[in-house]
Amino acid sequence: MTVRFLSAGDRALVVEFGNRIERELSDDVLRLDASLRSSRLRGVVETVPTFRSLTVHYDPMVTSRADLGRAIAGLLDRRSDPRSDATSWRVPVCYESEFAPDLAEVAHLAGMTPGEVVGLHSAVRYHVYMLGFLPGFPYMGDLPDRLALPRRADPRLRVPAGSVSIATTLTAIYPYESPGGWHLIGATPIRLFEPARPRPALLAPGDIVQFEPINAASFVSIRKAVDSGNYEVANEPVAG
Amino acid sequence: MSAGLKLLAPGLHTTVQDLGRPGYQAIGVPVSGALDGVSLRLANALVGNPPGTPALEVLISGPTFEVTADTVRMALAGAGASLAVGAEKARVGSGRSVTLPRGELVEIVAGRQSASCYFAVEGGINVPLVLGSASTYVRAALGGLDGRALRDGDFVPLAMVSASHRAELRLPAPMPATGDQPIRVVLGPQQENFTEEAIAVLLEAEFRISPSADRMGMRLDGPLLQHRRGWDIVSDAITTGAIQVLGSGQPILLLADHQTTGGYPKIATVVSADLPVVGRRRPGDPLRFVAVTVEAAEALCREAERGLIEMLTRLEPIPDHHGIDLGSLYDGNLISGVVSGLD
Repeated sequence: MTVRFLSAGDRALVVEFGNRIERELSDDVLRLDASLRSSRLRGVVETVPTFRSLTVHYDPMVTSRADLGRAIAGLLDRRSDPRSDATSWRVPVCYESEFAPDLAEVAHLAGMTPGEVVGLHSAVRYHVYMLGFLPGFPYMGDLPDRLALPRRADPRLRVPAGSVSIATTLTAIYPYESPGGWHLIGATPIRLFEPARPRPALLAPGDIVQFEPINAASFVSIRKAVDSGNYEVANEPVAG
Repeated sequence: MSAGLKLLAPGLHTTVQDLGRPGYQAIGVPVSGALDGVSLRLANALVGNPPGTPALEVLISGPTFEVTADTVRMALAGAGASLAVGAEKARVGSGRSVTLPRGELVEIVAGRQSASCYFAVEGGINVPLVLGSASTYVRAALGGLDGRALRDGDFVPLAMVSASHRAELRLPAPMPATGDQPIRVVLGPQQENFTEEAIAVLLEAEFRISPSADRMGMRLDGPLLQHRRGWDIVSDAITTGAIQVLGSGQPILLLADHQTTGGYPKIATVVSADLPVVGRRRPGDPLRFVAVTVEAAEALCREAERGLIEMLTRLEPIPDHHGIDLGSLYDGNLISGVVSGLD
């Protein structure tokens, strides 16, 4: 593995582990992130893990790329656990047609029934690679090969908040209404981002997510419970 | 009665901003904050506020409001910007504070020199902090006034009901014009994804800021920049000032509200010392780039910070024409650091 240090201006240093979406790379990224957080290097403002790199934002009034690069190089060999505080979540998803505008088309393209798509999509324990695009937006994978499709040729201008989507090898949930080019195969009644919560984003890089199919009636009742602050998404610590 | 400013016209895009919301990019929250952090800090200093106090960022055209507090001390920072006060529209230039009474009508005239100017009030704009910041991020409705730009009829709440008794302050010299000096960049992080010719074009050509520029970024019209290895990369983090290049070859300079991650290669990144300069450039203005090393960029950052702090120590009290004893003001803490800095 060749680690590369790339400058992103004078306030960020990118530690790049590779150029693909793979679990091993993600574990390297999250391991360095955990080491950096615990070592509290002077001048580090924040870190941003992505599929393949860790971007370290720093304050050039306090440190420099040269000093930071040396300090980070010294952390790369640490065998810290990339997911020591990770959580496993069961996210309820309604895959019924009114919540899943693209499910029939996805089933057609994948050569299976909508029920088979739902069965495949909800059988996998997904790894949260990173958050980005919008506050709380999780990029999760990997999708079963048979569900891997390119993005939609014509992106939607408005994807509803809560939409559960797939594209390429990934699945995601839109925390906010926004434009989007992914295939919408369901919707969750839970909220992925609430700034007033102690932990504003429900999911964190390194977490595990499995989708739990629910019917439309459950969607409505869970949404009500969410709105009144009486719903907690089922979760447990990721073992070892 | 609560203190505030009653909006009679909102301006093109007026938002509450402070120095931003760092610390949450890992969960997809942009830093936001003032496009021109230097002018925000100057405006705050002129009214006696700490540097990151929430203020109004005015883009292109300014709002008109009525003072609905006993008295409000206010200051504008931005080249060419001014306040037009009252029916006679008496002009108060940028770079000084002024205190106005209840009922006064004030228009912020942004002028044509700078895209942005900053309007600070003593005590600050009183909006709740979201994730530690008052900065408005419209796309996720975070911060500011209900997470959006100001609208007609808004009441902008202020933290102080009346201005403190002290001299008004002014900058020792007028706000510098924005100029058309080249913007300094550090190449990368993905300059390898571009042809040598593309990098040469970036550093030699003149680009023009597209009319669609907003707080997320500015598209740059001009020559296209050719990718070497295809235009989509596996998404990675974006930093403010990054120049990412779309599949078409068009560059976009990303500003304070940019997405935290993205899948286009970034050919270069504007040095932090020049980000305030970029924040002053208007749609249609030319942009040229020159490359520096990261070590030079870090030195420029430190030099700019020292220069700003030095300027903040040289704010001058404005002589009062109504018989206030200046000698007693000089003894006060508020301007004690100022006197020694006077020539």
